[in-house]
Parts: sequence; C-alpha cells; structure tokens
Amino acid sequence: MESTAEHVETQSVAGGDLEVFRGGSGPNLLLLHGSYGWWGWEPIHERLAEHFTVLAPTHPGFGGSSRLQGVDTVDDLAFYYLDLLAAWHMLPARVVGFGLGGWLAAEIAVRDPGAVERLVLVDSVGIKISDRETRDIGDPFILVGDEQQPMFWHDPSSNRVPIPMPGMPEPLLERMLRNAEGAMYYGWKPYMHNPKLRQRLHRVAAPTLVVWGADDKIVSTTYGRAFAESIPGAKFVSIPGAGHYPHREQLDAFVAPVVEFLS
Amino acid sequence: MLAYHFTEMPYPYFPLEAEQEYGTPRVLLPNSYYDPKIGADLYNRYLDDYVYADEIGLEIMLNEHHQTATCTDAAISVSAAALARQTKRAKLCILGTPLPHRDNPVRVAEEIAMLDCISRGRVISGFVRGVGTEVHPANTNPALTRERFEESHDLIVKAWTTREPFNWEGKHWHYRYVNVWPQTYQKPHPPIWITGTSPDNVPWIADHQYVFAAFLMAYDDATRLFDIYRRRTAELGFPEPTNDRFAYLALCHTAETDEKALEQGRELMWYLGRKRHAALTNPPGFNSVRTNMMMMSGVDKPRSDSFESLMAKGIVICGSPTTVAKQAKEWHNRGVGHLLMMNQAGTLSPEITRRSMDLFAKEVYPELKELDSHSSGVSEPFAREPAATVQQRVMNAEG
Repeated sequence: MESTAEHVETQSVAGGDLEVFRGGSGPNLLLLHGSYGWWGWEPIHERLAEHFTVLAPTHPGFGGSSRLQGVDTVDDLAFYYLDLLAAWHMLPARVVGFGLGGWLAAEIAVRDPGAVERLVLVDSVGIKISDRETRDIGDPFILVGDEQQPMFWHDPSSNRVPIPMPGMPEPLLERMLRNAEGAMYYGWKPYMHNPKLRQRLHRVAAPTLVVWGADDKIVSTTYGRAFAESIPGAKFVSIPGAGHYPHREQLDAFVAPVVEFLS
Repeated sequence: MLAYHFTEMPYPYFPLEAEQEYGTPRVLLPNSYYDPKIGADLYNRYLDDYVYADEIGLEIMLNEHHQTATCTDAAISVSAAALARQTKRAKLCILGTPLPHRDNPVRVAEEIAMLDCISRGRVISGFVRGVGTEVHPANTNPALTRERFEESHDLIVKAWTTREPFNWEGKHWHYRYVNVWPQTYQKPHPPIWITGTSPDNVPWIADHQYVFAAFLMAYDDATRLFDIYRRRTAELGFPEPTNDRFAYLALCHTAETDEKALEQGRELMWYLGRKRHAALTNPPGFNSVRTNMMMMSGVDKPRSDSFESLMAKGIVICGSPTTVAKQAKEWHNRGVGHLLMMNQAGTLSPEITRRSMDLFAKEVYPELKELDSHSSGVSEPFAREPAATVQQRVMNAEG
C-alpha cells in the first residue's frame, strides 16, 4: 500500500466532506469501492492511473467522508453519485464498481441508463438469485477479526484485509471502523442486495463487463454469471487464483481485460 | 432503597462442548439443545420465585433476550402478564422492552398499558436499546438502533398521553390513526427507566429525567455515568437528582455467614463465565466509532475478573446479611435508590435462591428501606385506589 498523502483530497459536497483518491491522466474513470472501503491509494489505483484519470471517492459515512443526513441507503447513494457525476462534468461516465460498489454502479445504471458509458462490475453484490432459504451473499461480519480473512482470498496466507483490531495504527483503525459502520447502513437489510434490482437490470444500456474472482467465497461464480446474464449483452470474465478481490490478488490478470474493455 | 428480585431465566442444561463449538450460547447455539419439558419446569420455577418475592416484600424486575440459553424470557410482556395476575403488591419493573427490535411500537404501548391496568398501576416501563447480540434475532440494522429507539419511545409516550387518534409519519414508523385502548393506569404514564452503558445515551436519559439503570459496572464506572446524569440535570436547571433516579444491577447472594455465601454465591459466576462472541456482541455500527476505538485500546472487562475482584468493584454483592447491607449501602452512598438483584444466574437451586432472598428480605432489606424515607419518590407507595367495583366506577364517571 502506498502513501496516500499525495493522491487524496477532500471536497465539500452536499454539505459534507467527500474524500477522493485521485491520480493519473487521460479519460476520467470512476471507481466505486466495496464494503471494506479503500485502504489508501492502492496498487489498483496506480495501475489504472497509467491509462485514466482515476477518481476513487469514499462513499459518505465511510473512511474519510462525512456521513450525510438522509443518505443511508444504496438508493440514496445512487442519486448522490448521479449528482456528483453531473457536477464533475463526467456524464456519461466510465464506472467500475467493486462488491457493494458494483451494486451501487448497477443502481446508477438502471436509474439513468444514459449516465453510464461503460460499466465494469467486479465481484458485485446487489441481486437475489436463489430461494429465500439460501443466502446468496456470504456474511463475513459474523466472524471475529482475522477469522474473516479466508472468506476474502484465494490465498489468505499471502493477503490481508486490515480488519479492525487492537494495536492497529489509529488512522487506519478509524478508517476501517467507519467503513464497517458504513457497510451496515447501506447493506444490513435486505442483506447486501435490493430484491428489485435484478428485474431492473434490463435497463442497463452501457456495454458491460462482469469480472469475477474464480474462487470468490462471498459471491460465487454462479452468482456472477447470473448477474451478467441479467444485463443485456454483458460479457463475463473469470480471474483464476483470485477470491473476492481479483483487483488486489491478481492485479495483472485483472488490469489487462478491464483496461482493454474501457479503452 | 428498594430491592428487586431478578433472574434472566437461564437454561443452563446445554453441553458446554456445544458452547465451545459454536463459540457462544447466544444466537448461534442450535435450539436442538433445548428440551421443552425441562424448559416448562424452569419457567414455572422462575415464575414461582417471582411470586415468592412478592410474598416476602421484594419488588420484581424482568428482562428479555432472544435466541439465547442465558435468558429464556423471550417476551417480557408474557412473563409480566403472568405475574401481573399472580402477584399482589410488588412493582413489576419491565427492564426492558427492546424498542429498536419491536416492529410495532403501538403494540408495545398497548401491552404495557394492559399490564399497568391488570396490575392496577404496578408497572415500571423500562425501555432498552438491546445489547449487540439482539440485532440478529430481530435483524435490526445495528447502525440504526439508536434512532429507532428514540422514535419508538417518542411514539409510545405520545400514544399513552394523547386522548384522541393522532397521525404519525416518522422515519421508521407510519400510522394514520394511533388511539391506544386501554389508557395506562398510572398518570401521565408508568415510570420510565432506561439503561445505559456508555456516555453516549446518559444525557438523553437526564433530558427526560427518567430513571437511569446501570448494569454490572464497577463502582467508579457507574459513578462516572451517574455524574454525567447529574451534570446534565444541573445544566437543564432541574432539581438535583435524588436516589430514586438511579438503579443498579448486581449479582447478589446472601447466606448466614460470609463463608457460606462465598461458597454458594460463586455459582452466580455461571452467567459471567459464558463465552462471548466478539462479532455478535459488537456488530459493526452498533457502537460509535469513538466507543469502538476506546474498546480497542482496552477497558475494564468484568468477565475476566475473579469473584473477589468483582465483589471489590461492587458488581457482586455477596455475604452475610451484615456484609450485604454494607455493600448495598456503598451503592446507596453513590446515589442508587433501586437495587436490582440478580439472585439467580445459571444453576443456583430454588432452595438456595429462596434462602438467600429470605435472609435478604428479613435481615437486610428493612434497614435499606429506611435509607430513603425522607427523599422523594422511593418510599412512597404507588398511587393506589381501593378496588371499587366496575359499577361504582361507571356511576362515578357518569356523575
């Protein structure tokens, strides 16, 4: 993880602070993070910044962004980002969403199909595919501390999510605690999905790439394929040797198809 | 000082290996370990103990938890209903209804009002946010528990005090015609008590001048919270809080001698010895980021303490009548007017539990009751009318 200082800025948006990780040059690219947030200016940002101007905001209530009154559902977030993209003169936008951020990207695309030019969904949550007694989306929040790690990775022995624990540097601890709190606001119930989203996905007009870690234990490849099949014309790419975070665990294998698709 | 008998109605007959395997006796321990025949005996035994408390002059406190072997009182209005009819004089302190987890606050208002009428005004209505482990049984968003608590409270109090149908369009609840039958027996409504464990909600309790109840906290930790209540009260210009504003819950055991009490009272440690599952106890968003950071930097953890250390902190009150009176008075000196006594926790037998209650009632309670005889509220009996016949009341009402 690189130092964040040179790539992070704070903007005043809708009456609160919005933290934005920014870098690179070229066409704008919006990255939407998942439940565990950004952990700084990460290698994935750096690599995409070789081709694009990367804009990776932190959702309101997560990390270094203020919680906003009235913004506590993914529905609220979708409208927040539609307003933000308009204010940044980024419409229509290239959008990449990870996990909960993929759910958010899909909600943006069904609300305003013209707002998205290219859509990439990475190991995204957001839809319901199975019967009512089958939980489609894994629940790491029921596990204690590092017990969560195997859920996120193909190879948990060489990768780590900075789960809040005693002894962590205070700024990172506070960031990760705020991320966890934010994830609860947006994803507690129904758990990490919108029961109505799948029936609306036919509205997505942008060319769409669905990228999935072949060994994702939070949302399976079956789930990923169902997501792709619900979006007209979407392509599906599986990344071997990766769990829920292919962009962290198999950076090269992830970046190649994504950059090609977005260029 | 008033004293209340309390048990969580535990079901201690599950294999400890199962608790190890699931990491907790709460939420995740399969209910296949529950035998309803044993459960029936337990419910009746615990309710009998409460009736006994009524007979020997103690007050009564109940609580509610969900999906757990540590507390099988899963519906506080049900246990309170049984006791409203079976007891004659004791206050029924319902501590409390977990407001964020009750999806229909109007129904809560109805239940408490019914209990208040059936008991002829003996109800104390406690409201709680519920501990972290409660969010899963009701699947309540932990980050929203505080605001759901406050909105539900506002709605219930309005329902109790409004004499015509009213409209409610809040964030979490919507009604077009709220018009609760029956009215509460006590006016303007039953006393409201609120629990608090951190500085987060104590000022709110003081704002409403409700009774603040602290559970199983060391002397200094509880006193710090009482002081927050006192300071807030002074800021608002209200009279200085008397002891009737503060309640404290301790594990309690009285025996003939200190030695015997220490030997028997150790069984209460069953409750504190249960395995805690960190993710269930503290789900993300349940505690504020600030509180979580304080917890990560290490605070007093009563559960890893020895019995003796817990006694030194006031969390366990245990000994001969003389010793117990001394410990109870120490809490009284710190402002407590209501002693909530967890007299049974886990495996303590009915015989030993009742012997302890008896000794306390006969040899300790009289001098504790004296303590607040000049302060307001505590020693005053609840407003009670003679039980007139329905016809007399109707005639009176119609003039």
